[in-house]
Amino acid sequence: MTLNWKTGGLLLGLVFFAAVLLVKPIGVSTQFVIFDAILGDIATPDLITQTEDGYTSSNAYLAKSGGKYAKNAANPLNYSFVFVLAMMVGAFGSARLRGGVGADERKLPAIWYANYGDTPIKRYAVTFLSGFIVLYGARLAGGCTSGHMMSGMMQTAISGYIFSAGAFAAAIPVSIMMYKKEA
Amino acid sequence: MTTIILAIVIGAAFGAVLDRIGATDPNWITKMLSLTNLHLMKAIMLAIGVGSVLMFSGQMLGFVDVGHMSVKTAYAGVFIGGLLLGAGWAAAGYCPGTGLGAAASGRKDAWFFIAGGLLGAAAYMLSYPFWKGTGLLSGEKLTLGAVPGANYDSLTTLPGDVLGLVMGLVIVAIAFALPDRLRGQGVQPAPAE
Repeated sequence: MTLNWKTGGLLLGLVFFAAVLLVKPIGVSTQFVIFDAILGDIATPDLITQTEDGYTSSNAYLAKSGGKYAKNAANPLNYSFVFVLAMMVGAFGSARLRGGVGADERKLPAIWYANYGDTPIKRYAVTFLSGFIVLYGARLAGGCTSGHMMSGMMQTAISGYIFSAGAFAAAIPVSIMMYKKEA
Repeated sequence: MTTIILAIVIGAAFGAVLDRIGATDPNWITKMLSLTNLHLMKAIMLAIGVGSVLMFSGQMLGFVDVGHMSVKTAYAGVFIGGLLLGAGWAAAGYCPGTGLGAAASGRKDAWFFIAGGLLGAAAYMLSYPFWKGTGLLSGEKLTLGAVPGANYDSLTTLPGDVLGLVMGLVIVAIAFALPDRLRGQGVQPAPAE
């Protein structure tokens, strides 16, 4: 059961406000880097190293801004990382409470089925490649739909407007070209 | 410890609301991006507007700490990254947050999106020195107006809190003014799944 846009939008706005009132604005995509860094540090333990006044890394990206990414990867029990894990739990719980996502949808979204038929392998390949460019793009931009679009525009950040312009400039034509049939 | 409890409560609320407005459902994202049903766009714009109005009015009344703001740097790479993200967002129907939520709600394709995302983020970690060398990553943290008490430069000299409040109201107005759809005809899809 999807909420109507007024109720849903109001609730989401209250969540944005609670975040900035109590802690800081919402953001997600950095945590993909933190998770990569945690895995990377397990595979090659000298990726993240402790220094006298914090953490640093042999990777220039993890070491930037005084090693804040390296520090968060070394201490995953921090606000931003736990926030993203809790977000997954919240989405899981909410989906369960409304009866769960149906078996057909879990395998393939209806919009894909309407346009490309029963082709799960093709769908999974497309989402894998999409995930790659989405996170590459988000890291290049320094944020994603959450951090730049939602939190950025909420704060009248110029970066948020620039990001949103770029994202919609690409997303609308790609969506219209790829999904000609409505589900 | 308080911080972790807040992370759990706010994070779970965010995930639950994303699920309930349909943002973790690629069908709804595709309807929004192909402009055939703007339900989700209206919800998100209303949320941004409401968040803005509450935050800036709270700052003016003195109960919201201006120091909690976190404005990101504006640089050319923000636009290029936005284009890349937009293309993948449209193709998959997922962005980083909603992809994680969708995977948690049982969608198989979203797990492939996450796997690709982890690889994409790792690829960026490795190519970061290249981007840094191009100069496309340098810029400034800018807000629309000068927010009192914040250390951000601003595009205009207008008072940033008042302007933020007005922008919030404008975004709410746009959410109400947007039609249900901009493209396509046929039967309007039912609001419920």
